[in-house]
Amino acid sequence: MMVPNVGLTQFLVVSAIMFSLGIYGVITRKNAIMVLMGIELILNSANINFIAFTRFGLMNLTGQVVAIFVIILAAAEAAILLAIVLNIYQQLNTVNVDEVDKLKN
Amino acid sequence: MFPIDSTLIHLAIAVLILPLVGFVLLIFFGKRIPRQDLLETGILFLALAFSIYIMVQKVFFLTEPRIDFTFRWIDLGGLFGGKTFPIDLGIAIDNITAIMLVVVTLISSLVHLFSLGYMHDDIRYSRYYAYLGLFTFSMLGIVLSNNILMVYVFWELVGLSSYLLIGHWYEKKSASDAGKKAFIVNRVGDIGFFVGILIIYTSLHTFLFTGIFSGIAQGQLSGSLLTIAGILIFCGAVGKSAQFPLHVWLPDAMEGPTPVSALIHAATMVAAGVYLIARVYPMLTAGALTVIAYIGAITAFISATIAITQNDIKKVLAYSTISQLGYMVMGLGVGAFSAGVFHLVTHAAFKAGLFLASGSVIYAMHHEQDMRQMGGLRKKMPITYWAFVIFSLSISGIPFTSGFLSKDSILAGSFAYGVLTGNILIPIIGYSVVFLTAFYMFRLIIMTFHGEPRDHHKYEHAKESPAVMTIPLIVLAALSLFVFYSFNPFNPEQGWFLHSVVQPETVVPVAQRYVWEQAAAPQDTLNSAAAVSMVPAGVSPEPVSPVYQEVMEETHYTGLAISLTLAVLGLLAAFVVYDWKKIDAEKLKQRVKPIHTFLYNKWYFDELYGATAVAGTLALSKALAWFDGHVIDGTVNGAATLTRLWSSLSGSFDHYVVDGLVNFSGWFTGLLGRGARKAQTGKVQTYIVFALLGVIIIFFAFRSF
Repeated sequence: MMVPNVGLTQFLVVSAIMFSLGIYGVITRKNAIMVLMGIELILNSANINFIAFTRFGLMNLTGQVVAIFVIILAAAEAAILLAIVLNIYQQLNTVNVDEVDKLKN
Repeated sequence: MFPIDSTLIHLAIAVLILPLVGFVLLIFFGKRIPRQDLLETGILFLALAFSIYIMVQKVFFLTEPRIDFTFRWIDLGGLFGGKTFPIDLGIAIDNITAIMLVVVTLISSLVHLFSLGYMHDDIRYSRYYAYLGLFTFSMLGIVLSNNILMVYVFWELVGLSSYLLIGHWYEKKSASDAGKKAFIVNRVGDIGFFVGILIIYTSLHTFLFTGIFSGIAQGQLSGSLLTIAGILIFCGAVGKSAQFPLHVWLPDAMEGPTPVSALIHAATMVAAGVYLIARVYPMLTAGALTVIAYIGAITAFISATIAITQNDIKKVLAYSTISQLGYMVMGLGVGAFSAGVFHLVTHAAFKAGLFLASGSVIYAMHHEQDMRQMGGLRKKMPITYWAFVIFSLSISGIPFTSGFLSKDSILAGSFAYGVLTGNILIPIIGYSVVFLTAFYMFRLIIMTFHGEPRDHHKYEHAKESPAVMTIPLIVLAALSLFVFYSFNPFNPEQGWFLHSVVQPETVVPVAQRYVWEQAAAPQDTLNSAAAVSMVPAGVSPEPVSPVYQEVMEETHYTGLAISLTLAVLGLLAAFVVYDWKKIDAEKLKQRVKPIHTFLYNKWYFDELYGATAVAGTLALSKALAWFDGHVIDGTVNGAATLTRLWSSLSGSFDHYVVDGLVNFSGWFTGLLGRGARKAQTGKVQTYIVFALLGVIIIFFAFRSF
């Protein structure tokens, strides 16, 4: 089978779609968990970009290294954010981000 | 300077300082010194001993007419190369000074002694003695000064101590009022004195008597200004010696303790005026001397007439003092210089004696001073009585007394003056006062000592005063006899006194001298500059003009006869009316009622001054108070109102403009803040949207395509 000619452009398009979906999720979801998931999408879309740039010889190995950093950071971030969300839930009995506006008043 | 000179100067300074030491000790440590009165009295007797030594040395042994000790006190001016005005101070001793030293210390120490008894129970005992010391110091200062500036300073000091002592019993309103009156009336005279000093200093640039006289002899001050200066200096004497028209304070001054009256208001301080005239005698023009003679004569007459109606024993003596001072002033005025000074000295003895004797009476009568309550005291108080009689004979000018010698000299001088100038009013007044003097003095004696006691209760308790009070009386009575002044009881010219106190040669321009002195004057007037000392050298020269001397001798026996007759008549009249009661005093009083009332009320001088000077001052004060209240206060209040108005303007500017700006800036910031607050929703997702939008904007802003 003929492997379609997959170039940088296709990777970037997939990454852009994932980024947009992530942004959409972060902005529209009421549930903090869903927001977190949006953030993961955004991070991963960035990873795809880094890997793609490496594959097509635009960033040498730096892209891959950064991608691994991002994965590690994302894991740490997910752990901390889940802890924060858990605390918020214990304090406010909700994980709806619209209702968490204590800073305003 | 010979050793004896400096010894005398040192002694004189010691005499001057001793009473001051007493004053300082008593005023600061009076309460802590046991028998402080004896200390002060002892100091005074020491000063008296020194003074007697000085006088004997000076008057009888020393040939120099005058010992002078002068030092430069201060140089005024001299800035920017200008002229300097030196002020020299110092003391000088001539015969008058030496005699006055003894008079002052003698009377003062006797009064101290007398006060031991009289003031025995007083509450302010040590203060009384302290003030006596201050007074004695000041009086000695006047006597010793050789310049008119120091005389003026001590002049004011005696005024102060007089004020303090008159008001010794200041709880009594009349006493404190009398003190104030004495002080203020004296001030009137002292203004004249001060202006006179200023005239002299402006023209002659010196305060020294010698400098003044030599300056005038050289013609640096002459004409009417010289006469005016003389009269102005005499104004000081008018105040201090209680001459008409400033005599009103002396009778009131009798509110002070009686020994004080004896010392200050009879013997020494009031005589300071006469002494001052004697000091400046060479510079007095005929015009000034005429004024002095008239003032003296008027004073002598007015006060003698008042004295015959008074009932208070001390008031009678006060008016008699004024009258005798008038005599002295008149004597100096008519040119009988030595006689005037002579009377000053003899009067000091017998008038101090009279006051002390009246003090003795008052003490015995438990501070009763009204003669109508007395009578018959002769048997109870023999020493006081006989002393009183001797003093009264002396003041009346009866032979064998000192008063006869001095008074007769003055009368002879006034007689000669009348003959030479045709001014017969002065001798007429002089002789009529002789009659009045004898009359009121013996009226006093008869009412006090003769007849039946009027207040039996007080009479029962009256007894002779203790020895400390009678000894001074005996001493003064002895000194009122003729022997101490002249061995011939009828002719003072043969005594030492008139030879020691010689009239200084005048330095005024010839045209301004009395006529008889014009004739005697040397043609070259500048020669008289040599005669600048107070008393020309020696005993022999004839300072009184021969013409005057001649007339005085020619008229002497006529005058003597007249004055003796009048004195005896006055004495007899007093006996006729008051002792033998041939004429009823009350009926006599009724017959001449208007005159009696007029005299009894002291010629209404107090009322006159009350209506003019006092009321005028009050009216002026009221006018000034109104001016203060309305104009000055109005100005101040107006200024305050203006300030308040301006402040409120400035306040509203602050309130509306400055505060407005501040508030506006606050309000404007708030407005912006309220707008910006809308963006802060507190919702995470909104922020993310904003952040995203920001990213997109940045993306497009920084795009490189």
